[in-house]
Amino acid sequence: AVSTTSNPWRSSKSIQLLHKRDFCLGVLPDGVDRNSEAFAQNSKAMEGLISQLQSHINKALAGGGEEAVKRNRKRNKLLPRERIDKLIDPGSSFLELSQLAGHELYGETLPSGGIITGIGPVHGRLCMFVANDPTVKGGTYYPITVKKHLRAQEIAAQCKLPCIYLVDSGGAFLPKQAEVFPDKDNFGRIFYNQAVMSAEGIPQIALVLGSCTAGGAYIPAMADESVMVKGNATIFLAGPPLVKAATGEEVTAEDLGGASVHCKTSGVSDYFAQDELHGLALGRNIVKNLHMAGKQGMMNGLHNLNPEYKEPVYDVKELRSIAPIDHKQAFDIRSVIARIVDGSEFDEFKKQYGTTLVTGFARIFGQPFGILGNNGILFNESALKGAHFIELCTQRNIPLVFLQNITGFMVGSRSEANGIAKSGAKMVMAVSCAKVPKVTIMVGGSFGAGNYAMCGRAYSPNFLFLWPNAKISVMGGAQAASVLSQIESANKKKQGIQWTEEEQENFKSKITEAYEREGNCYYSTARLWDDGIIDPADTRKIIGFCISASLNRPLEDTKYGVFRM
Amino acid sequence: ESSPHDTKTTSRIEKILIANRGEIACRIMRTAKRLGIRTVAVYSDADRDSLHVKSADEAVHIGPPPARLSYLNGSAIVEAAIRTGAQAIHPGYGFLSESSDFATLCEEKGLNFVGPPASAIRDMGDKSASKRIMGAAGVPLVPGYHGSEQDIELMKSEADRIGYPILIKPTHGGGGKGMRIVQTPNEFDDSFLGAQREAAASFGINTILLEKYITKPRHIEVQIFGDKHGNVLHLYERDCSVQRRHQKIIEEAPAPNVMNDFRTHLGQAAVSAAKAVGYHNAGTVEFIVDTVSGQFFFMEMNTRLQVEHPVTEMIVGQDLVEWQISVANGEPLPINQSQVPLLGHAFEARIYAENVPKGFLPATGVLHHYRPVPVSPTVRVETGVEQGDTVSMHYDPMIAKLVVSGENRSAALVKLKECLSKFQVAGVPTNINFLQKLADHREFENGNVETHFIEHYKDDLFTDPNNLTCAKETYDNARFSATLVAACLCEKEHSTIKSSLPGADGLLPIWYSHPPFRAHYQASRTLELELENEYDESSSNFFTFSITYQSDGSYLIETEEVNSPGLGVKATLLHDQDFRVETDGVSMDVSLSAFSKDKIKHIHLWHGSHHYHFRQKLELDLSDDNEIQQNTNFETASHPPGTVVAPMAGLVVKVLVMDGTKVEEGQPILVLEAMKMEHVVKAPFTGHVHGLQVTAGQQVSDRSPLFSVKNFHSLAGHDIIAKCMENSVLELHDSYIAL
Repeated sequence: AVSTTSNPWRSSKSIQLLHKRDFCLGVLPDGVDRNSEAFAQNSKAMEGLISQLQSHINKALAGGGEEAVKRNRKRNKLLPRERIDKLIDPGSSFLELSQLAGHELYGETLPSGGIITGIGPVHGRLCMFVANDPTVKGGTYYPITVKKHLRAQEIAAQCKLPCIYLVDSGGAFLPKQAEVFPDKDNFGRIFYNQAVMSAEGIPQIALVLGSCTAGGAYIPAMADESVMVKGNATIFLAGPPLVKAATGEEVTAEDLGGASVHCKTSGVSDYFAQDELHGLALGRNIVKNLHMAGKQGMMNGLHNLNPEYKEPVYDVKELRSIAPIDHKQAFDIRSVIARIVDGSEFDEFKKQYGTTLVTGFARIFGQPFGILGNNGILFNESALKGAHFIELCTQRNIPLVFLQNITGFMVGSRSEANGIAKSGAKMVMAVSCAKVPKVTIMVGGSFGAGNYAMCGRAYSPNFLFLWPNAKISVMGGAQAASVLSQIESANKKKQGIQWTEEEQENFKSKITEAYEREGNCYYSTARLWDDGIIDPADTRKIIGFCISASLNRPLEDTKYGVFRM
Repeated sequence: ESSPHDTKTTSRIEKILIANRGEIACRIMRTAKRLGIRTVAVYSDADRDSLHVKSADEAVHIGPPPARLSYLNGSAIVEAAIRTGAQAIHPGYGFLSESSDFATLCEEKGLNFVGPPASAIRDMGDKSASKRIMGAAGVPLVPGYHGSEQDIELMKSEADRIGYPILIKPTHGGGGKGMRIVQTPNEFDDSFLGAQREAAASFGINTILLEKYITKPRHIEVQIFGDKHGNVLHLYERDCSVQRRHQKIIEEAPAPNVMNDFRTHLGQAAVSAAKAVGYHNAGTVEFIVDTVSGQFFFMEMNTRLQVEHPVTEMIVGQDLVEWQISVANGEPLPINQSQVPLLGHAFEARIYAENVPKGFLPATGVLHHYRPVPVSPTVRVETGVEQGDTVSMHYDPMIAKLVVSGENRSAALVKLKECLSKFQVAGVPTNINFLQKLADHREFENGNVETHFIEHYKDDLFTDPNNLTCAKETYDNARFSATLVAACLCEKEHSTIKSSLPGADGLLPIWYSHPPFRAHYQASRTLELELENEYDESSSNFFTFSITYQSDGSYLIETEEVNSPGLGVKATLLHDQDFRVETDGVSMDVSLSAFSKDKIKHIHLWHGSHHYHFRQKLELDLSDDNEIQQNTNFETASHPPGTVVAPMAGLVVKVLVMDGTKVEEGQPILVLEAMKMEHVVKAPFTGHVHGLQVTAGQQVSDRSPLFSVKNFHSLAGHDIIAKCMENSVLELHDSYIAL
């Protein structure tokens, strides 16, 4: 018998349902068939890529090798990552950037480019860390070291993050001085950036934990505040050998530029540290005392932050099983989105129009986001939709996430006649001018002008990360080989040279091979075309960190240029 | 109708002053409050903020910390009672509780002294008088010879009468000098003559007394109670045999391994003793029991409520303080002897701030962590301190009394052990661990207690650092505990940081998620802990842990030792200092307390029946932080050490000392004037002034040498001070012990 009490029960349940429906409107379907052969293959392939990545990373994490590490320890010095661990809040996270910078770039190995950079909180305030690795070539600056240092400063300047320089470097790597010293984005730019950031009120803090010679001496000298460690830290424009050569004066490194000289006499440094741990503690204290410096108001987006966020409905680890290694095979970007956003809830914008670009609103860790993801080649409509969506987000101060898996814009006469160049230009204009925080994740291919429209490196996203399966080049290797061989073939014909089938294939395969190599994610990350290769399972977390860092600055109004109509 | 004792008619007690401090003051107030009687506390400067003051309705300051100037100052206490309008004074135990003068003073001032008549206090206070009275009343005394006739043959026959073994003791002196234990008659002559010689040499008087030597004595005492109407009853006995430094540490009631006949005899003897001195109120008759012969002898009578009275309360289900007050009010005892129930068994363990391995030396310090066990009908905690209080050197270092009861002895003992293991004190060394070992000892479990118990079983009760098996076990347990400490510290730190984050910063909390994020590697850290081993201070046990944050939120904790695999520990913070830790499939509750003292972080961990204490050097040792300041600007490398140069160009205005004078560090030497400002040049350190040649009115240039100071003594001043401090601390300890 049904009792009368079931009525109120049912009604309260229906209210719950209604309430729930309100929330569940945009919950994405799973989109993954765990029993499919593709799932198994993708998982296996990605597992291979990740283990390969891990082995490269492990080499980088080992720094300059056992001997150098031992020498470092003997001097009571910590390794750069350990130093950062002691500086950031205990038990807090650290977003390290470009761990594989310099990977197979020079004849010699240069783990992590000889410098560790990244973001972490100190006394609840996000800071950019730039730490020389003295175990790698004495912490000297190779061209890629300079580039990585400058990239960290660029992020700090964009996000208004206080900079903490952990100085322990022999200065510029002299044999490569031509690539290190003279150009605009070379060594001198480091100090230029320090000056400009300091002028903007972005704190510049130097902890001198080792030697700091020649040009490097300007890092603490240009800093707002600096710390020197007794015994280990030295600052001088010229070391004892050079001084003896120049003036005949014989002096020890400590007497020439040790902590007491600079804290007591010269005033080059402000805080005298008894040992390295003391120095790092002083560094934390400096940040504690920053008060409002470098804090210039928060994004409006924050007011909309929902602290009670839900985790995605689907397992984030399955992000390792979605992307196929073969770029010719398509996958639905929504299955990626479903594993990144809160509650897997995604309110899609213009779902039925320009379907090769997926756009929509979601939240990540409670923060509203606009998400653009590729589901195929960009057509006229997709590009227009993208431009429209970016305008919506910039007007509402909603940060943007680009999930790149793009082979390019549609080519062909019909496309050209429809003005694909015009449509693409609209999206590129929108992407370029958007002043909201932007994060780009390359989850697959990144080819041609698609890279531009989807906020590639040249479009200054605040952060850009790759999945291990990502490929990046102006076009596919096969296409390039075909284009180039056609040109070459025509040239040869003009000159009357016979080109055998075999020669042509040889030519083609060389090009394909070069594209393969140069389009590889390691090739990109070694040269700092990105901020690092990530485990797909970490994507949600990393987007959260990036946006958290990007929100540490005032709002900027977006102003667009002339849209070609 | 009024009894003959009730000569002064005082009104019924409505307000009572407690002339005591600590746990007993709190305990008396608790009963008084239950009875609707208002309470007045007295306090010395040292106790201004203590619990007994806070617990009272009113409190009166009576003097400086030393007891003789405050808690022993009878007139100040009486005055406090009159000022606050209290009708009665309860003396507690110790202090003035057994001062017949004080009882008399109260009577004279018209105050109701909650205790026995002054005459009984006087009679029982005199040891030989009390024995005389008891002998007359037929209470058994230890057989002996106290006569003045010292002839050796007579003495020998007295010895035969008393029975061997015999204790030969000089009548004067003390400290065991001249004492001899004689086992058989043929040893008697030598021992007797030896004792005489020694006594003559040490004290100048060679008179000797004889007493029966009791080889395995037990200390059993009987709680008696009398009213002002002549009724006296006993509330069974307590066994207080387990003692250290002649002070009881574990008491129980009733006495174990005792026949009912014996119990009845003992009770009757005690009642006779009380009646012999016209006793009323609470009292205790102490007996020494010869476990070999089963005989018992009167020792003394304590004319007060005793420290260990709660064990009696537990087994008879009565509140003795309530009885005391009603007797003081002139009421008859609420029950008669046949109505006294005997309910199960009770133990009391006295928890002291003391250094067990150093001969139970009293300890002082701050109770940084103090968490007694929760009370229940079968668990009582009598305490007068709270977390953060100081155990000072002025008074008794007892922290608390833990009282438990059970249906029978073994049930009560199980509870005692459990409660001891959960009784958490950190900041001062305590005897808790020792009490645990006592309670755990098989002979104690069997009830085979005697006054030499601790001495007898010292090998079991004290940890011998040279015992390798034991040391290894201790080390392994300590390492395991240290592992748990490491996990709990990380977990605690994590929760502290997360809760202290400013809420406004939106996404910031994601940086503090657990485990902390690292790109392609796991966050890790190192932690160093040093075991504080009170039994073995010479060896230091350092544990260096590498802690890796694992993705499931647990910690992988590894040591540098070879062949020791890492241990995965998951710690969940339950509440403030309580954690649930899970390791190797076993989960358990642990408590952790951490505090800093003298630049060292102290960490205490309680788990199961274990309590470990670890030290952690605070990461920075900045003792020589001032080094840079010491080398003042006046000294430069180009001059010999000790040279003082002019800090600026200027005019010498005054020269304050002669060349060659001995100067102290910081003493002004001369005054310079420059830029319209006077600048005093001081001695950089203690020594003799050398080469002081400038005179007043002389112009000096910047950085020109003015004089130098030569160090004359190698022993640094603060070493001497440290030595002095050390001595004075020792003196204080000694004076405490003398008290």
